[in-house]
Amino acid sequence: MSVDAQTVRRIAHLARIAVSEEEVAPLQGELNAILAFVEQLGAVDVTGVEPMTSVTPMRMKRREDAITEGDRAADIVANAPETEDGYFLVPKVVE
Amino acid sequence: MSALNELTLAEARDGLKARSFSARELTQAHVDAIAEARALNAYLVETPERALAMADASDARLAAGEGGPLEGLPLGIKDLFCTEGVATTAASRILEGFTPHYESRVSENLWRDGAVMLGKLNLDEFAMGSSNETSAYGDVISPWRRNGSDAAIVPGGSSGGSAAAVAARLCLGATATDTGGSIRQPAAFTGTVGIKPTYGRCSRWGIVAFASSLDQAGPIARTVRDSAILLGSMAGHDPRDTTSVDIAVPDFEAAVSRGVKGLTIGIPREYRVEGMPAEIQALWDRGAEWLKAAGATIREISLPHTKLALPAYYIVAPAEASSNLARYDGVRYGLRVPGKDIVSMYENTRAAGFGREVKRRIMIGTYVLSAGYYDAYYVRAQKIRTLIKRDFETAYAEGVDAILTPATPSAAFGIGEKASADPVEMYLNDVFTVTVNMAGLPGIAMPAGLDAQGLPLGLQLIGRPFDEETLFAAGQVIEEAAGVLARPKVWWA
Repeated sequence: MSVDAQTVRRIAHLARIAVSEEEVAPLQGELNAILAFVEQLGAVDVTGVEPMTSVTPMRMKRREDAITEGDRAADIVANAPETEDGYFLVPKVVE
Repeated sequence: MSALNELTLAEARDGLKARSFSARELTQAHVDAIAEARALNAYLVETPERALAMADASDARLAAGEGGPLEGLPLGIKDLFCTEGVATTAASRILEGFTPHYESRVSENLWRDGAVMLGKLNLDEFAMGSSNETSAYGDVISPWRRNGSDAAIVPGGSSGGSAAAVAARLCLGATATDTGGSIRQPAAFTGTVGIKPTYGRCSRWGIVAFASSLDQAGPIARTVRDSAILLGSMAGHDPRDTTSVDIAVPDFEAAVSRGVKGLTIGIPREYRVEGMPAEIQALWDRGAEWLKAAGATIREISLPHTKLALPAYYIVAPAEASSNLARYDGVRYGLRVPGKDIVSMYENTRAAGFGREVKRRIMIGTYVLSAGYYDAYYVRAQKIRTLIKRDFETAYAEGVDAILTPATPSAAFGIGEKASADPVEMYLNDVFTVTVNMAGLPGIAMPAGLDAQGLPLGLQLIGRPFDEETLFAAGQVIEEAAGVLARPKVWWA
């Protein structure tokens, strides 16, 4: 399978990466090189093979449903580009 | 006595215990060496004041007859590990200005045991690369050069800063991470020792995530023994990482001198790839002879799905990366580039903040996870991963204790030599290491010789799950048999 220019624009939008018109063609070439490389997987017979979900045989650990950490709002927003009163600020979303 | 930064980590530890020198003197020697080696671009952040303060605290503990297993030993930290109060960038513009308010579990374990932090080490952006040429903060230059040449050589990647700093004596050892070969390939390129432990051996908490089902932390050091000492401190169960395994950490250092008598070492025929340089084949044969001479049985084995590991990796790893890197959105940390609305703010931020290789991988990951392609690509790759793991399980069930392979298909190449338009050419560097991540196994790379141009070549040993001890034992045999190898001549100071 290979991607066309329109698909490159669509993937970039899904990935939330702005792509200029000049970038589309080189990206298309690079993505198609990778897709051509992985193409060989299509020829493998995987009938009856389970997809891997965990590389080590382990059960997901559970813990008690209790508060163990918290009250660190100042730490959490400390690295944000814009904050106010312990909240993250984003451009207006709702008109 | 030679300069203190020339010592191995084990020698420095023993010297501190014997009070032959102080932790401050040992740290100062490294701080000075780092200041003279900026041409290598190995450190992104130097923390000399913090290092000397930590060294003084270590001296006080040593004087009181206390001190942990790494007391007073200066280390470098790959800038993928969050360090409280010290900038952490993952070598990306998108994390510019990010100063964590918490410490990664692995680095916390090192400080608990008395280690001293020298600074943060350069890497490929988000650990995506095999040459340390994707860092937003410039390439790392290897301390090695080809005989009679002053052309800049890559240190490998993604842990290129870690490997270069260890090889150039800018730290006694360093932390690193390995998703497809990022500890073992740079170790091989720089004549150092690097071990990727079994998935789950080290906590991933506080390490900037790339591909969560493949990422593991491990050390790079100058000897097998040093790597065993460091892994002993880095490893351990952490309730904050559900994939970290709740089993005891063995005495890795004790395993170093165990020998290989009675062990069966597998030689996988599928690693004899087309176009493999004769030097690599000869190195591999020599490694097998060394292990045989030390009492191991050598057996040819088959790992039939080997050649599928790299293509399957380039589906699984980008898919997980596209998900993990969704968090860099200009809201919670790092860079923000304004836009006309919130979506264009996201898009502009990510366009400006991510480098080319990272964008490429996020886009491949987004594509293979998108509607209509998920089964054809992602689910199929995960099935193939099951087959790869099964190959190893079969070999181990038939009595193989460890597997010997070359670490890389070539010696290090020059900066810019693989800057072709086809990204796959660079990916092929990891052809021998990536299988190990796909199967969650431990793998160690250690230097075994030099090529005709004077650059280091490494061998890799792959072990059973949670049997790093056999890798240290066999790695030590190879290290001893290889003897004292040449080291990079100091051209940078």
